[in-house]
Amino acid sequence: MAFYVVQFLTGLASAASLFLVASGLSIIFGVTRIVNFAHGAFYMLGAYVAFTLTERFSGAFGFWGGIVIAALVVAAIGVLVEMVLLRRIYHSPELFQLLATFGLTLMVEDLVVLIWGPDDLVGRRAPGFKGAIDFFGQNIPSYDLFLIVLGPVVLGVLWLLFQRTRWGVLVRAATQDRDMVAALGVNQKWLFTSVFALGVFLAALGGALQIPRDAVNHAMDLRVIVEVFVVVVIGGLGSIIGAFVAAVLVSELNAFGILIFPKISIILVFLVMAVVLIVRPWGLFGKPEAPARRTPGLTVNPWRPLTMNERLAAIAALVVAAALPFVAGNYVLTVGSEIAIFVIFAVSLHFLMSVGGLASFGHAAYFGLGAYGVALLAKMAGLPMIACLLLGPLLGLVGAAVFGFFAVQLSGVYFAMLTLAFAQIVWSIAFQWVSVTGGDNGILGVWPEKWAASPSHFYWLSLGIAALAVAILRIIVFSPFGFALRATRDSPLRSEAVGINGKRIQWTAFVIAGTVAGLAGALFAYLKGSVFPDNMGISLSVDALVMVLLGGVETVSGAVVGAIVYKALNIWLVSQTDLSKLVLGGFVVLIVVAFPKGIVGTLEALMHRRRKSSSAASPLLTSRIETAE
Amino acid sequence: MSMVPTLLSVEGLTKSYGGVHAVRGVSFELRAGEILALIGPNGAGKSTCFDMLNGQNIPDSGRIRVLGADTTGKKPRVIWRMGVGRTFQIAATFPTMTVRENVQVALVSHGGQLFNLWASTARQARDEAGRLLDLVGMGAYAERPCGELAYGDVKRLELAIALANQPKLLLMDEPTAGMAPRERVELMRLTARIAREQSIGVLFTEHDMDVVFEHADRILVLNRGTLIAEGSPKEVRGNAQVRAIYLGEGLLYDARHREGAPA
Repeated sequence: MAFYVVQFLTGLASAASLFLVASGLSIIFGVTRIVNFAHGAFYMLGAYVAFTLTERFSGAFGFWGGIVIAALVVAAIGVLVEMVLLRRIYHSPELFQLLATFGLTLMVEDLVVLIWGPDDLVGRRAPGFKGAIDFFGQNIPSYDLFLIVLGPVVLGVLWLLFQRTRWGVLVRAATQDRDMVAALGVNQKWLFTSVFALGVFLAALGGALQIPRDAVNHAMDLRVIVEVFVVVVIGGLGSIIGAFVAAVLVSELNAFGILIFPKISIILVFLVMAVVLIVRPWGLFGKPEAPARRTPGLTVNPWRPLTMNERLAAIAALVVAAALPFVAGNYVLTVGSEIAIFVIFAVSLHFLMSVGGLASFGHAAYFGLGAYGVALLAKMAGLPMIACLLLGPLLGLVGAAVFGFFAVQLSGVYFAMLTLAFAQIVWSIAFQWVSVTGGDNGILGVWPEKWAASPSHFYWLSLGIAALAVAILRIIVFSPFGFALRATRDSPLRSEAVGINGKRIQWTAFVIAGTVAGLAGALFAYLKGSVFPDNMGISLSVDALVMVLLGGVETVSGAVVGAIVYKALNIWLVSQTDLSKLVLGGFVVLIVVAFPKGIVGTLEALMHRRRKSSSAASPLLTSRIETAE
Repeated sequence: MSMVPTLLSVEGLTKSYGGVHAVRGVSFELRAGEILALIGPNGAGKSTCFDMLNGQNIPDSGRIRVLGADTTGKKPRVIWRMGVGRTFQIAATFPTMTVRENVQVALVSHGGQLFNLWASTARQARDEAGRLLDLVGMGAYAERPCGELAYGDVKRLELAIALANQPKLLLMDEPTAGMAPRERVELMRLTARIAREQSIGVLFTEHDMDVVFEHADRILVLNRGTLIAEGSPKEVRGNAQVRAIYLGEGLLYDARHREGAPA
């Protein structure tokens, strides 16, 4: 009995930090409508800065002062980020905001390693809370008790702040209707900045308070952000009470899940989240969201199939690509195969995002499932390569069918967070189910058969499948199904009113995208000869998002160009610098702020403008298009 | 009259939110080719009533039948398949498609081709879409991007989309909201002409009394969730209760009177 009580208290202690970070995210979202992916990075920065300060300054004052000052320093960095970056993208689509803050996260990860080094740092114990208290033979660290008390105290302080201060009233008003608050003469800029500062302060404080419990390391941002997403999704985005209740729920599920299902403790939390989302899609304490904003750069030019000339140009480009083995060496061909595979992966996500309007943040799950499908079939069942390539992606199909069914019930940021969470479930299964997946060691020795083994043959195989995938997806875009999918994206109201079952259409699109991603994963397994849990990790999902964005999210197949440029750049960068994440993150931020239309989108806009001015279209029409853009 | 079939019959429609009775025991019928207006002051329950008819809101009690088939609590897409077209207060179209493609989507859906992954949509029901666009006077704009249209044209396009399933009944929620006065008259004349030619029943809500009195065959007046009057424009105009409750002390406008209408 005592053991369970202690387990319960440990859960409560973990909840405190989680609550701090989640409430910060929730407050920021409530007012600015930005889901701050970089929140985990601020949490991590809080821990690192606190580590440095508490090492430098001795004594109880040095420790507690260091923790508070660390949170303040990071909040100041947050203010800088808000003023320089976020102010430029408040009116961008949610996807762009998520990506920009993710780019920031990547940059911080490299900066942290640059400043503090790659090793785990163990901080010092909290003065006054160094010991443990005996509870019927079980030890409870006294610091845990401090955290248990701290959680409700912070909740109370926040409640007072929002109920009893003028600033708090403004924040609550802005949460309900920020345009009205601005119309009433409140300086919105500074309201947003101060809210962001408070949110970041809470995140950094949450990180700083962790140092007596956990080692500080440069991967803690992603770990916490996934948990925080789960917390705010369960509790409801924008609700502080919700963040508290959900933080306790999630921490207790973690604490007891380890006892009941030691292997799948992570899954338990995600299952609860899935159930909550299905019963109350806006979370336990949240409010239903207004329909998502329309993209400001809304495509005014309707999509068209390629003209005959464009088709010939595409075929010519394919022929040139197919001639590569006659001029290039093995290394280039291997890189070429990898790029072709990522073209398949990127166009599958592009189909879901651009045509379906569903920005998945966990698309790597289906890529990884395809890869594992192949590895398991090849290693366990010993099937021939062709059979594996055909059957492996079916695992991606099954995963997409199951997860997609739940995911398409939601839209916007909730869809993004749920797909991310599903991807984490799949990743943790691959990571924890060692007897089947080999865990962290992966599955090795998945080599192609003789006919496809040489770099040139494998390159041709990958290129052929990529060309086929792009062509098939384009046909689907212009098929009645593709139109129904775009109709559902454009206007759920109107599409329902003309007899379209939008959820079923989106589900089908999700399954198609998942299967194609699975195909890419299947090829990838043969290319690398092995599969690892990282084949379904967050960073792979984000790679795909960046490829789509780089190509142009409003184009029909910009992802092809996006994948080629990004992958080539990525491979080159990794060979050139140790700070590839820093460069990549900066690159992502730059695209979002400066080139939201992507490469292909920008080219199309330029060509369209030239055509318009040469064909002497009515000046009124042209100006209307420009204002729409 | 008895030879004309009943298109829509509504019996005892009721909906309350918490303690507020938004709609209480509303019953009426609509016949083929008839144009019926549902009017009432703000908060009278028009929108709640309308949303229950088109499936966006589920009634607490009551029955809705379209051509004898029960549609109570059915989803909008199901009601559409039973031959009910609709337009929205704020026109809902597909802004990233051309005008023709907007109509083609509705036609493709009507033809049961939604899950066709292979055919080219460009060739699907092209001529029929053109015919519908000609009908609403949008034929010349067929290849224009929908996102470029002026709002009055979007409204006409929406009417063409609503006609794609050859509806027996059209539900129009404030069809002239947000339009210029001349456009309002044109749109309603167009609607009335199509309704008469194809013998479609039309139910519309409206704030503009000029539009109501000029085009409605019959008017239903809703106040605080209940029907307080029903009859021809002439009867409703003369109804003392309607004057008192709905229009306050002001005079009821004549159909020829064109200055601002009471809201």
